[in-house]
Amino acid sequence: MSVSQFNLPDVGEGLTEAEIVSWKVKPGDSVKVNDIIVEIETAKSLVELPCPYAGVVEGLLVEEGQTVPVGTPIISVRTGEGKPVEDVGAPGEGAERTAEQREGMAEQPAKPTSAETTEPAEPAEPERQPVLVGYGPRTASAKRRPRKPGTEPSQGRSDTNGTPQRPSTGNGEPAGAGDAAGEGAATGARPRVLAKPPVRKLAKDLGVDISTVTPTGPNGTVTRDDVHTAAAAVSTPTPTEAETATASAQPARERVPSGLGWHGEDREERLPIRSVRRKTAEAMVQSAFTAPHVTEFVTVDVTRTMKLAERLRESREFRDVKLTPLALVARALCIAIPRTPEVNTRWDDDAGEIVVQRYVNLGIAAATPRGLVVPNIKDAHELSLRELATGINQLAATAREGKTPPGDMMGGTISITNVGVFGVDTGTPIINPGEAAILAFGAVRQQPWVHKGKIKPRWVTTLGLSFDHRLVDGEQGSRFLSDVASLLEDPGNALAWS
Amino acid sequence: MTVDTAATSNRGAADGEPELVQLLTPEGQRIPHERYDALIDDITADEIRGFYRDLVLSRRIDSEAVSLQRQGELGLWASMLGQEAAQVGSSRALRRQDHVFPTYREHAVAWCRGVDPAQLLGLFRGVDQGSWDPAQNNFHLYTIVIGAQTLHATGYAMGVQRDGANGTGDPDRDAAVIAYFGDGATSQGDVSESFIWASVNNAPVVFFCQNNQWAISEPLERQTRVPLYRRAHGFGFPGLRVDGNDVLACLAVTREALQRARDGEGPSLIEAFTYRMGAHTTTDDPTRYRLDTELEHWRLKDPIERVKAYMIRSEMADQAFFEQIEAEADDMAERLRRECRALPDPAPDSIFDQVYVDTPPTLLAQRDEMVRYLDSFADEEASR
Repeated sequence: MSVSQFNLPDVGEGLTEAEIVSWKVKPGDSVKVNDIIVEIETAKSLVELPCPYAGVVEGLLVEEGQTVPVGTPIISVRTGEGKPVEDVGAPGEGAERTAEQREGMAEQPAKPTSAETTEPAEPAEPERQPVLVGYGPRTASAKRRPRKPGTEPSQGRSDTNGTPQRPSTGNGEPAGAGDAAGEGAATGARPRVLAKPPVRKLAKDLGVDISTVTPTGPNGTVTRDDVHTAAAAVSTPTPTEAETATASAQPARERVPSGLGWHGEDREERLPIRSVRRKTAEAMVQSAFTAPHVTEFVTVDVTRTMKLAERLRESREFRDVKLTPLALVARALCIAIPRTPEVNTRWDDDAGEIVVQRYVNLGIAAATPRGLVVPNIKDAHELSLRELATGINQLAATAREGKTPPGDMMGGTISITNVGVFGVDTGTPIINPGEAAILAFGAVRQQPWVHKGKIKPRWVTTLGLSFDHRLVDGEQGSRFLSDVASLLEDPGNALAWS
Repeated sequence: MTVDTAATSNRGAADGEPELVQLLTPEGQRIPHERYDALIDDITADEIRGFYRDLVLSRRIDSEAVSLQRQGELGLWASMLGQEAAQVGSSRALRRQDHVFPTYREHAVAWCRGVDPAQLLGLFRGVDQGSWDPAQNNFHLYTIVIGAQTLHATGYAMGVQRDGANGTGDPDRDAAVIAYFGDGATSQGDVSESFIWASVNNAPVVFFCQNNQWAISEPLERQTRVPLYRRAHGFGFPGLRVDGNDVLACLAVTREALQRARDGEGPSLIEAFTYRMGAHTTTDDPTRYRLDTELEHWRLKDPIERVKAYMIRSEMADQAFFEQIEAEADDMAERLRRECRALPDPAPDSIFDQVYVDTPPTLLAQRDEMVRYLDSFADEEASR
């Protein structure tokens, strides 16, 4: 018996990492070759990985939801064969070697001493850089293979200054233009400088000896920035000069900006636009630019609804259900919709028709770690308050786990966004594409309110309704919003209407 | 898709649905065809069983390669799932002396031409640049540049013409050339140019277009306003549309077109109407641009299931036969997997080997320098 590890492969030509979305197996499961074991999400796609071994799953080495670099072992399988640990998949170690070789061939300025000691250190990923094409971003510090003692290559290697030498071809190649910068009178070992002519001219113009400039460009070339940096260093007083400088210059130097943002982190960070964020953006832009939005507000005293919720929570029927005000609003919406069916219609541009939907698939906007998703409760109009409350809770939990199936997000007819949970009063929500209206449910607060001729502390909230003016006229939208408000103000209206 | 089984003419379909040559329905029913029955009346039950084996084994090559890619063993793979019948039917119409110019998706054609599938994997593993000898099986190397092989094929066909291996009436001498390409390639200038050259030179070439409905993420309606096979008429040669998931129909129409070419009657275009069931390549995610319902629709037209149904219906095979093919596929998949992992990484200096017949001194110097550099490392893994 032996244990084999499967390293995360690069499934898409130059991807550097992937997120483990869900495991299809657990430790102890038997697997065959090509059984699907895991679903991963890359910058390009959602992909299922087949198992390269037959055996018994020993351990899952990466948790769901984690993003790991290509080459990371993700699963270990106990196989029946008597072989030692065997790695299959992306060659983590080997790949780095190859990268290192490439770098070596490119004659990057070497740091000979440190280079030979830094062996197994995993290259630190400074930040995530998913790529779509090519071979992926190069890690800043590739590790170096040890050299044979005394075999410093004769050609094309760096000298100790870290300045690369060009291989001498011995065919009368013209002297490096580095002479133009005025050196060359030094010993024969004097390094040649690699720089483009305009950069050399710049150095000359700024009075910088280009042979003293630390090169940072590709293949050890001196760049314009290097020259500017060197020129700035020359013009800035050195510490010894600073001692002779006037005292008034001191505080100015202390306020040298760090170049960092708060908490000592980079001033700017670039985040990849990932799937949910992108989908949200597309949906919002599409909606905002196709459906002419109108938003109306109403502030309403919901004290009676809050009291009703309190009573219901104590009742036997609701003892194991978390009854939130949102569930009551959802129920109110379902009762109000048949009185103004326009808010539950759909604009079918292709067919040139308005689709009247005599059912409610109620979308609930949910904030999740992956971004905003709007799953909907199918046929919400047929559900009791208890069923609605259960449905909403389940929907939200599934969404937070990132497991909302696509079907749950399709076919919505109207939506609610519960901005109140963030402590705000209301907003102008953007309609979920394909629907006619969305209700924003603000925070419920105790506020001074005129009740039966006296100012009393009452539970008050603000409702905001955005509707598609192609489908819903102001009159209908207003009636609907006021209906919902009336139901929340006096839940007894439900008896009269439904 | 409407199927007009009574159609006798394959050219100049009237307005409306294009005609589609079909001999085997998705339910596995053999339907008569006035024109094409005669072209396959020599096919024996043994050969039908052979086609079934080709279809199943080539599909297994394909699915195994997809798995290997997902396990990090291949850099890329272009799946041909769903297109097996178009490839098997057309390539089983070829004679030994005919020459094939494939894209990078003709795995079943390679199989039928006798190319070892492990050699296909080498290309996609990145350890070689196409390792089979095109002259050995008359199967050219995979062409990655979209549509470029149609020009190669046309040029080769013109060479066949100039060799006098065309229109002599000698069945062992007269040769034809077949160029495979996809619907997306028809938008490339190369394909139109090759149509022109083939047409005006009367070149013995068959343009075999597998219309799998998707040019990566672009649907057919973004490629053309007329059915693709009708393009041929504008260039001056015949074109027809065949059910690309019907191995017998593909065999019949390709036999006819190849014979036409061998007889010196010039080029023709076959549009095999099929569907790419998988992703464009393993790097693609088709769920981002097409609907599952479309996939379901085509799943019912599966090219293998209909042959199986036909064989059972006409009692050409029993359960033992199907199990035997399945076992053969399993064995082959295991062998492929083993051979794929065992493919040797090329030596770094082998990159210098196959460009020049006589390598120039500058390249030799570069090679020697690289060898010295690689030798300078202390650890054993000199990566060769």
